[in-house]
Amino acid sequence: MERGGRFHTKSAELLAQVTWEVAGLPDPEEERKRQAAEFAALAAQYHPHPPLARNLIFAFLVGGSICAIGQLFIALFQSLGMTDVQASARASITLLALGSLLTGLGVYDEIGRVGGAGAAIPITGFANSIVSPAMEYRTEGLVFGFAARLFSIAGPVVTFGILAAMASALIRFLVTG
Amino acid sequence: MVTGNAIAIRQASKRLGHQTMRFETAPAVVASASVVGLREGQGPLGRYFETILEDERYGERCWEQAESRILKEAVNTALGLAGWKEDELDALISGDLLNQISASNFASRNTQMPFLGIFSACATIAEGLLLAATLLEAGVAARVIAAASSHHEAAERQFRYPNEFGAQRPMTAQWTATAAGAIALGLPADGGGGAGWGAAADGSTGEAQLLPRITFATVGKVVEMGQKDPYDMGTAEVPAAWDTLLAHFRETGRDPAYYDLILTGDLARIGSEIFREGMRRRGLDVSSRHMDCGVLLYRPEQDVHAGGSGAGCAASVLASYILKEMRKGRFRRVLFVGTGSLHNPVSIQQGEPIPTIAHAVAIEA
Repeated sequence: MERGGRFHTKSAELLAQVTWEVAGLPDPEEERKRQAAEFAALAAQYHPHPPLARNLIFAFLVGGSICAIGQLFIALFQSLGMTDVQASARASITLLALGSLLTGLGVYDEIGRVGGAGAAIPITGFANSIVSPAMEYRTEGLVFGFAARLFSIAGPVVTFGILAAMASALIRFLVTG
Repeated sequence: MVTGNAIAIRQASKRLGHQTMRFETAPAVVASASVVGLREGQGPLGRYFETILEDERYGERCWEQAESRILKEAVNTALGLAGWKEDELDALISGDLLNQISASNFASRNTQMPFLGIFSACATIAEGLLLAATLLEAGVAARVIAAASSHHEAAERQFRYPNEFGAQRPMTAQWTATAAGAIALGLPADGGGGAGWGAAADGSTGEAQLLPRITFATVGKVVEMGQKDPYDMGTAEVPAAWDTLLAHFRETGRDPAYYDLILTGDLARIGSEIFREGMRRRGLDVSSRHMDCGVLLYRPEQDVHAGGSGAGCAASVLASYILKEMRKGRFRRVLFVGTGSLHNPVSIQQGEPIPTIAHAVAIEA
């Protein structure tokens, strides 16, 4: 079948179908699909719904707390005489450092377990996604373990972040010249 | 298409039907040992395990070597309990979840044990037991150990995320157990060849102790029912468990009531419910006598979600609670059905469904 190309495959499929029909048997492939669908329907009856309300509340509390802490740092740095831009940048760096520290201490995965996206989306979640592979893969060496796999989780964020930046820059260039 | 040889096998009545083997010599479990992690040790079966780790790394530099050491410790403990020396063992049959079953490979390096490596994920210990019984039945081995292991952190980083990554697990997810179990099998006539349970069963100790023996095994087929979620392996394994159990009851002529206990490992909580309902619909009600290793290993409040999994889960539950209670006569006839999800991280990423298998082993005391 692999060698026969499209025509051969089509005719082979047709022949198989006719053969099953003549024999009065269900097409085994169709039968398998039917069984899989039947099983999926049975399994769905026993699957628990995720605790949506609890997850939403915890995500809000955890994510909100992280952002509130960030806001506190911004206010702190502003009170030390920094501009808004300077204070925001330093607050981000401080949160990254805190996220890394909590990952290293083995705490951040527990925060993520409770907070879900509330812990993943803030910048501390980004720190966690970089530091956790660094810890995990260091046994495989500095180059092929640590360095090569450092972005194994955050890589897509960086890739699509750069793509989105390029696309928006292009649109801006086309619109405003 | 049946050859003369196949007819001869059928006539010898060691072979029943398409999938089931009958062991006339009924190889005996002469010893068993288990080593588990801290969380498993805090579970309801804690007092049945030989060793409970305080450090999940077990003094090794990485999780993988820790798993290897746990497995080796379980095998050595079983050897000691059986009263065998390393060079008296005819075969060690072992498997695990790490790439190329490396925990088993490393555990047996530079030992005197002839080694057979196997893989069928959480069903590994079932495959190991039925192969060990086959070697004994064939008369080509007298002392065999079947073993399996898994390690939570080592499995997480291979199949899922780095351990310190803060991901939220769905309620259907199972917790890979840090555990190893080793089960020593011998021919009862041999008395186990040493101290072991065989000697005790002869009445040399005061307390009456039964000798669990392997009487039947039904080899499973690889079943795939379109399930794709690696965070729901218990559900994916259910059709394989149905398939093998139906074959077992059909080919042995037994029905579920024959057994005191039908033990699956590891369908976990959600899979177990689907399993029982499906069996009921097939006219084989197992609800009153069914337990699952993934459910037995942890308490619900231990936050393992649906329950335990991993090759070491069923191996350690069987080697500890089940076989020790069989010795005391609490269970006399146990049908152990190991169930395994045979995917790997690449097949999941490529969107392929999860192939699964279930092997059934009848253990009777």
